Amino acid sequence: MNWSWIPRNLDRVAELTVQHLWLALLPVLLGLIVALPLAWLATRARVIRTVLITVTGLLYTVPSLALIVMLPLVLGIGILNPLNVVVALTIYTVALLVRSIADALDAVPQAVVAAATAMGYTPLRRFVAVELPLAVPVTVAGLRVAAVSNMSLVTVGAIVGLGGLGALFTDGFQRDIPAEILTGIVLVLVLALLVDVALLAIGRAVTPWTRAGAGARA
Amino acid sequence: MTTFLRVAGVVAALGLALSACGGGGDPLAGGGTGETGDASAPIRIGSAAFPENQLLGEIYGQALEAQGVAVEILQPIASREAYFPGLRDGSIDLVPEYTGVLLQYLEPAATEKSADEVYAALQGVIPEGLTLLERSDAENKDAVVVTQEFATANNLTTIEDLAPLCPTITFGGPPEFQERPDGIPGIEATYGCTFAGYSSLDVGGPLTVTALRDGTVQAADLFTTDPTIESNGFVALEDPLNNFAAQNVVPLVNTAKASDQVQQVLNDISSRLTTEVLIDLNGRLAADDRPNPDTVAQDWLTEQGLL
Amino acid sequence: MTGVIDWFADPANWSGPDGVPVRLLEHLQYTLLALVIAAVIAIPLGLWIGHTGRGGFLVVGSANALRALPTFGLLVLLANVFGIALTPPIAALVILAIPPMLAGTYAGVQAVDRAIVDAARGMGMGEREVLLRVELPNALPLILGGVRSATLQIIATATIAAYVALGGLGRYIIDGLALRNFAEMAAGSILLALLAIGIDLLLAALQRTVVSPGLRTPAAIRTRPRLRAV
Repeated sequence: MNWSWIPRNLDRVAELTVQHLWLALLPVLLGLIVALPLAWLATRARVIRTVLITVTGLLYTVPSLALIVMLPLVLGIGILNPLNVVVALTIYTVALLVRSIADALDAVPQAVVAAATAMGYTPLRRFVAVELPLAVPVTVAGLRVAAVSNMSLVTVGAIVGLGGLGALFTDGFQRDIPAEILTGIVLVLVLALLVDVALLAIGRAVTPWTRAGAGARA
Repeated sequence: MTTFLRVAGVVAALGLALSACGGGGDPLAGGGTGETGDASAPIRIGSAAFPENQLLGEIYGQALEAQGVAVEILQPIASREAYFPGLRDGSIDLVPEYTGVLLQYLEPAATEKSADEVYAALQGVIPEGLTLLERSDAENKDAVVVTQEFATANNLTTIEDLAPLCPTITFGGPPEFQERPDGIPGIEATYGCTFAGYSSLDVGGPLTVTALRDGTVQAADLFTTDPTIESNGFVALEDPLNNFAAQNVVPLVNTAKASDQVQQVLNDISSRLTTEVLIDLNGRLAADDRPNPDTVAQDWLTEQGLL
Repeated sequence: MTGVIDWFADPANWSGPDGVPVRLLEHLQYTLLALVIAAVIAIPLGLWIGHTGRGGFLVVGSANALRALPTFGLLVLLANVFGIALTPPIAALVILAIPPMLAGTYAGVQAVDRAIVDAARGMGMGEREVLLRVELPNALPLILGGVRSATLQIIATATIAAYVALGGLGRYIIDGLALRNFAEMAAGSILLALLAIGIDLLLAALQRTVVSPGLRTPAAIRTRPRLRAV
């Protein structure tokens, strides 16, 4: 095993790690921004909900490699544009989030919604200040799944030259350097773990009432 | 609720700040949508996904950088079929090319075979906006390769000798070799050799070598400068009818970026590259400690007094 | 788009070793093999852990860690060791499929109402009977949910087997990419999506027929986010 490969390539590994994080996490942020209004729409009318869930469900079945190579045609951008990977992963994130956020919004007790309405909240304000915060735990759970799976999905982009740490897989395979492949696998695992823990912490920080409630009951 | 809004605000602000200060690490900077005109932007150097081509990209890049030209060396990109659109749309400015395969890619009906004929024909078909610089003497051809045992058992030295056996054997090579004019169609037309099957492997990489060694395929497409041909005891069959045209290494560059200085640096590199140099450099890449292409490029340029 | 229609209309793409039937069968072969191996490992293990309650945290922890494992990296690492063989993609797919099935089975058994289990014991059932006749049927919806999610992941991920010189529908994507043949890539993607949707519908129907009418479609199956690997 060529362990000496690692110290010789720290710069490159660091550069790929930064690229990897961008490619994996930007779609999580974009996906959340797109999914929230869609989920809200889904709770407004049965028809919209059915359409949205069917369409996102279908998009979810398209394998990422297929999506990444087809997107340049659809978007009319260069084959090497990282947007191809970002858009593909954003689509998956949206698909994942729309359904779970819509379900979470539906689960907000009618009494709570009615109380807010009675207090004179406009529908928009009620959504932002009442329903959305109550949907946070489910949303964060969805974000964690999306972030962790994106970490691994990005690597497939290396087949078309856009894979962050996936480049270590293609290069290591081609040049027969198992240490390089292992480095990539371990780093992806570690990044996924760190991001998972970070999102968990953010989720807790923005929902102090969940713990207060639990404490009171205990 | 206010805590929620406050923390959510901080998170959103952090996200925005993060996306604003991307700097050098931001892969979204310069996505490459037709930004061909700007001569001051760094020269984006692409290469196909096999070590020799990456090495040549590094040699070009480091030699240019040594002369104060700004460059950006990109990740390797699959094959010509995949990176050539990038050259056209301006997401790549410079690639190390091979004259023969490039000519056949641009002009499938081309029949030129010798180094000078191919180079002259190529000059006539280079798309607008791209410039072909001087060719080197270094040649790296595709070759039909078999194992020593197979060659001995069937008394093979040329592809012609192989022709009668073709209907009984499986050929292995990169997916694109199946359709390239000098690939399977060329071998069929030139030698009347139709293989029983085709196995899609990689571009002269580990899959092709493994498949040939373990008998998954009986003949395969490898490169003449590949040190694994010798180390595995493979035999590259001769090509007496010139199915494979001359394949001299040549820089192909975005005209907008091809300043006199850039041309001079790259032409100087070409004048120093020979087939022997390529075989030597490939051997260094495959050494046990697997040095990186940039290191091998740096060593060679230093030896040449170019750094 | 017309290119894609032409591709499907071309009889040459429907016969021979590179034809759709062969590639589809290869894809199904990889999928089924990986699924069966993963099920044989994950379901009994999940049942045992769920029944005894021992090592539950281990399941949750390791299932999460395995989910983050990049299957593409694992595949090339295994291919680097084993060369061109079925072992690398099948092993990678099995490792991919274990977490959802293990988690589904474990969660399914865990979620069985303790009162029901106690009642079964009170009726004089042995531990084996409790597990097989009470916990297993009650956990079936969640177990099948895990199987469904694993199957979809395998179908999508089996695509990259083509990267290490094997067959399956991924061949069209890898070859199409190398040849810059968008029609071929699009056709491969469409076939793959159709396969995934078709199998999912089939499994949904299976789920409806085998699950005891007493426990039709708990909400957990519908809302549990599916994870994709490729």
